[in-house]
Amino acid sequence: MSRSSAVHRSDVRDAAPLFAALGDATRLHLVMRLAAGGPGSITGLSAKSKVSRQAISKHLVVLSDAGLVRSTRRGRERVWDLAPERLSEAHEYLDRISRMWDQAIGRLRAFVETEEE
Amino acid sequence: MPTTTSQTTDRIEKTTVLRAPRARVWRALTDATQFGAWFGVKLNEPFAVGRSATGQLTIRGYEHVSLDIAIERMDPEEYFAYRWHPYAVDPKTDYSAEPTTLVEFRLKSVPDGTELTVIESGFDRIPAHRRDEAYRMNDGGWKGQIENLRRYVSV
Repeated sequence: MSRSSAVHRSDVRDAAPLFAALGDATRLHLVMRLAAGGPGSITGLSAKSKVSRQAISKHLVVLSDAGLVRSTRRGRERVWDLAPERLSEAHEYLDRISRMWDQAIGRLRAFVETEEE
Repeated sequence: MPTTTSQTTDRIEKTTVLRAPRARVWRALTDATQFGAWFGVKLNEPFAVGRSATGQLTIRGYEHVSLDIAIERMDPEEYFAYRWHPYAVDPKTDYSAEPTTLVEFRLKSVPDGTELTVIESGFDRIPAHRRDEAYRMNDGGWKGQIENLRRYVSV
């Protein structure tokens, strides 16, 4: 029954790990921090955090595997930054689920705003 | 009336105003026959707290899809909540051991009619591979459903 669906299998397959990666408070915090403050090193990113440097490093690897962040080497340090194109994919995924509810509410509206038999 | 949305990865929340009395909206949501009429499902049991209502979708091409709606709470004309397996569309798969999402409807009287808030939450617990197929299936399914209701109400 998915044959006629406008949603491409590859789209959702790519999107699923994205949500797993974002489904953790520390990682979400890291993403928000990079979004607000721009690129940062592990030292910088773990500076005001209660989470250890090693843990931050592991979380960044998870985010990196999901394609949400990427790192470049700057001298002796690795600098982490957002990969914004992946974040917009996450948006797209949620928007589609959201549209499904809009349609359901539309049908309910049509139903209740007409005379009851 | 516009519908406003707020969402996280785990939860989708929608609020809108329906130009209908609260009692009318309540019946459309909680009377299994009325629910089935706009949703596109033939339910075998009435909705009752602590019970499940099962049924088959009535949408052409989707008749093989079973629904199992487990009613959590019904506070007359105020709050209705159920759990389901959000996109349990593969008849060969046993979804019963998998996590469900919670669907909540909240009603409030406003001057124009009834303010309805719909919240579906628990998506974070849905296994990634299931979200994948679920998502695919549901998008197609809901699209077909809007056509169905259009036909129903224009008769």
